Amino acid sequence: MKIKSIHQEINITETLMARINELISHYPADKKKSALLPVLHEVQDAHDNWLSVELMDKVAEILEIKPIEVYEVVSFYTMFNRAPVGKYMFEFCRTSPCCLRGMEDLMEYTCDKLGVKPGETSADGMFTVVGVECLGACGYAPMMQLGDYYHEHLTKEKIDQIIDDCRQDKIKMH
Amino acid sequence: MSKKILLEHINVPGILHYDVYRQHGGYASVEKALKMSPDDVVEEVKKSGIRGRGGAGFPMGMKWSFIDKKSGKPRHLVCNADESEPGTFKDRYLMEYIPHLLIEGMITSSYALGANLSYIYIRGEYMWVYKILERAINEARAAGWLGKNIMGSGYDLDLYVHCGAGAYICGEETALIESLEGKRGNPRIKPPFPAVSGLWANPTVVNNVESISAVPWILNNGGEEYAKIGIGRSTGTKLISASGHIKKPGVYEIELGLSVYEFMNSDEYCGGMLDERPLKALVPGGSSVPILPAHLIYKTANGEDRLMTYESLSDGGFASGSMLGSGGFIVYNDTACIVRNTWNFARFYHHESCGQCSPCREGTGWLEKVLHRIETGHGREEDIDLLWDIQRKIEGNTICPLGDAAAWPVASAIRHFREEFEYHVRFPEKIKNRDHFVHEPFEKVRHLVARQEV
Repeated sequence: MKIKSIHQEINITETLMARINELISHYPADKKKSALLPVLHEVQDAHDNWLSVELMDKVAEILEIKPIEVYEVVSFYTMFNRAPVGKYMFEFCRTSPCCLRGMEDLMEYTCDKLGVKPGETSADGMFTVVGVECLGACGYAPMMQLGDYYHEHLTKEKIDQIIDDCRQDKIKMH
Repeated sequence: MSKKILLEHINVPGILHYDVYRQHGGYASVEKALKMSPDDVVEEVKKSGIRGRGGAGFPMGMKWSFIDKKSGKPRHLVCNADESEPGTFKDRYLMEYIPHLLIEGMITSSYALGANLSYIYIRGEYMWVYKILERAINEARAAGWLGKNIMGSGYDLDLYVHCGAGAYICGEETALIESLEGKRGNPRIKPPFPAVSGLWANPTVVNNVESISAVPWILNNGGEEYAKIGIGRSTGTKLISASGHIKKPGVYEIELGLSVYEFMNSDEYCGGMLDERPLKALVPGGSSVPILPAHLIYKTANGEDRLMTYESLSDGGFASGSMLGSGGFIVYNDTACIVRNTWNFARFYHHESCGQCSPCREGTGWLEKVLHRIETGHGREEDIDLLWDIQRKIEGNTICPLGDAAAWPVASAIRHFREEFEYHVRFPEKIKNRDHFVHEPFEKVRHLVARQEV
């Protein structure tokens, strides 16, 4: 995967920096590195939901740690994206309890509708559809995560509505 | 209606907010604890007999008593809210709807342990719950329950939420600590145990959300009162996350000792089987515990009623029992395919293995691959014994229990559903469609592989 070749505009705004500093303050002064995961979430959210090498380097600089300490963490945790993803990333839970309640049919329906395969992003860069492991919503299956929120008890009709809302920029992400 | 300890106030309008929570008796346990010695608080929790609600079931009071108070190092309480065991969604329910219960429990418990800096480690996917907890902590701080000299007691406590980023393994307590230190979630070799050397090498206790949320009631009513609920060594109430082929999936609080039959069929709980189809199998405690076939669900192998207790669910050992685990109660009817379910879980464990130990890193991948080929009609007769061999070589040979968790579902599926595996291998054309048993339940074709009784 050619990660370096994709340019990402880095913009650590004042608001973002204030939030980062607040997160750092949750840990002892000599344990800044502990803030790494929460800081990466904030930074990724503010940068189109992905982390370029340059952005990871920036995080290392802010937390006063080595870049490798950021790379090895980003590559371990599935919520961090090392390549661009669609503006709306549909993360379907694919673990067994969701499958028992029709997850597989529903994800196929969504992929067909958007013209993508699991893991792919639509040509307009709007939608990515992926299967992820158990999201802890087994009793409300089938379900998916979109941004910070869960969409549960999904049906084809609900998927249609969510896609429409995304296209009209009416969906709450954070 | 059975006794409600954790969910008593969950439906009170506005209970999410501090004022309403306080009006309903919230934070009383902190007031009470601050007038007691920390050791007396530990004693109450010991008396309650409560066992860790995350899955392992280790007595909570005993875990607390192991914390090193002699070294003089700072101590920490870390709440494990990294709920990721497939089938489990109870902690989220508590945190989302009654966050102050956990915060109150964190303050009382931190006081007992002598911790002045504590964390709630929540899985990153629960981001909206993270924000609910952050707001609730701010409310509690504004009301004087956190910070310096709480309620004039001289006790200081800072409490923060910390979010993970999508790694099941961080539910293992030493991996969770690594993650909280800003590292990959690789479990540590024990000893040293966290009670001696945990977060930043300081003495640390890691407890599940549900365990900590029970502490306020235990303090308010006394450990002995708590121990009166339940049966034998299974004291108190437990949250059960019910999912799968039942009428009413959801989170239920039960008194330990309720029969599995009643939990499954009562309208107060699961409400019976979805579409009245026959019950085929049950995973009673999250994906890691052995799957039970229909004839071992309501009765043990000895013919006794199977109860929702640590002891009864594990009665018969792995030969005919399972475990209460996290209380992730997954129900399967006759349309479910056990091979497909086992493959799905194997894929999960392969995906979530941290990769430190070869038996788990490689073995989970082999399990997934072999199960996938059986499920998709490319299996060989010897694959079933191969699976048995692989799981046996993973179990007990890894740093943390993820290896065991990956092995047990495979072992139990072969033990109780071997004929179904044989059917997949011998009749590949019949299982081409992934819904094979939806169209023709296994019971209807079992005669094709059934052994002749001699």
